[in-house]
Amino acid sequence: MSTDASAEPEKFPNFGDSETPYEDKIRWVLTQNLKPTYLKIHNDSHKHAHHAPMRDSVSQETHFRLEIVSEAFEGKRLPMRHRLVYQMFSKEMNAEGGIHAMQLLTLTPKEWEERQGKK
Amino acid sequence: MSLARSLFGTTRTRAYVGATTVRATFSNRTPLSFRILQAQQTRYLTEHARSAIDNAIKSSSVVLFMKGTPEFPQCGFSRATIQILGLQGVDPEKFSAFNVLEDNELRQGIKEYSNWPTIPQLYVNGEFIGGCDILIAMHQSGELAELLEKANVLVPEPVENAETK
Repeated sequence: MSTDASAEPEKFPNFGDSETPYEDKIRWVLTQNLKPTYLKIHNDSHKHAHHAPMRDSVSQETHFRLEIVSEAFEGKRLPMRHRLVYQMFSKEMNAEGGIHAMQLLTLTPKEWEERQGKK
Repeated sequence: MSLARSLFGTTRTRAYVGATTVRATFSNRTPLSFRILQAQQTRYLTEHARSAIDNAIKSSSVVLFMKGTPEFPQCGFSRATIQILGLQGVDPEKFSAFNVLEDNELRQGIKEYSNWPTIPQLYVNGEFIGGCDILIAMHQSGELAELLEKANVLVPEPVENAETK
């Protein structure tokens, strides 16, 4: 029934038994599509569990914060980088009880190095 | 934080003028097809919704679609965005906020309109700038100050009376 262009590769593994299906999926899809040189996935859902929109949510995976470093961001302005990532998870973000928020840090390897140098 | 509050304390949240029209457009459809559309989670933007959002974006130089109001944000990301706009010195006279929680058509419509799945969303002079993460990054890098300055949407600097004797 799904006709939308999906970012998922054909051999998408079944994460059904996982305790963290969304996190697993995010890691898989980003790794496949962006070949990140650095990827960190923070699950911040517990920080937002008390929010009104989360009252009826049973999911432990509603709020993510992603740090992604990839060559794929080269030459793209921030909104385009974020759209690129959001589009890979549009199904999960639109789903009732799905992913509610996705904070993004999207850097090229060069920007990442500069940032590390500053610290 | 108190700066943001004082700057935006007087800001009015404008009503989403297109809301009623949009709702009428939706309810004119046969209930069945509407239900099928909902079931498939197919989002689509009617002409009415699109032009209502067009008007909303044109209503001020700086337009923020947010959850809650500038005085009472209902989401941490919307709150952070308001604080940044306050820190930057955005002129409340040139600012409008639209509360998407008051209107579900707006909430869904703006996501499709901007091709952006989350709220808040900022527009400056009709141009989509980004969401909370982007505004924080631009705030830190100085890009946002530059953009707002160029867009001429900041509170005028008080004129120093240097020649006073």
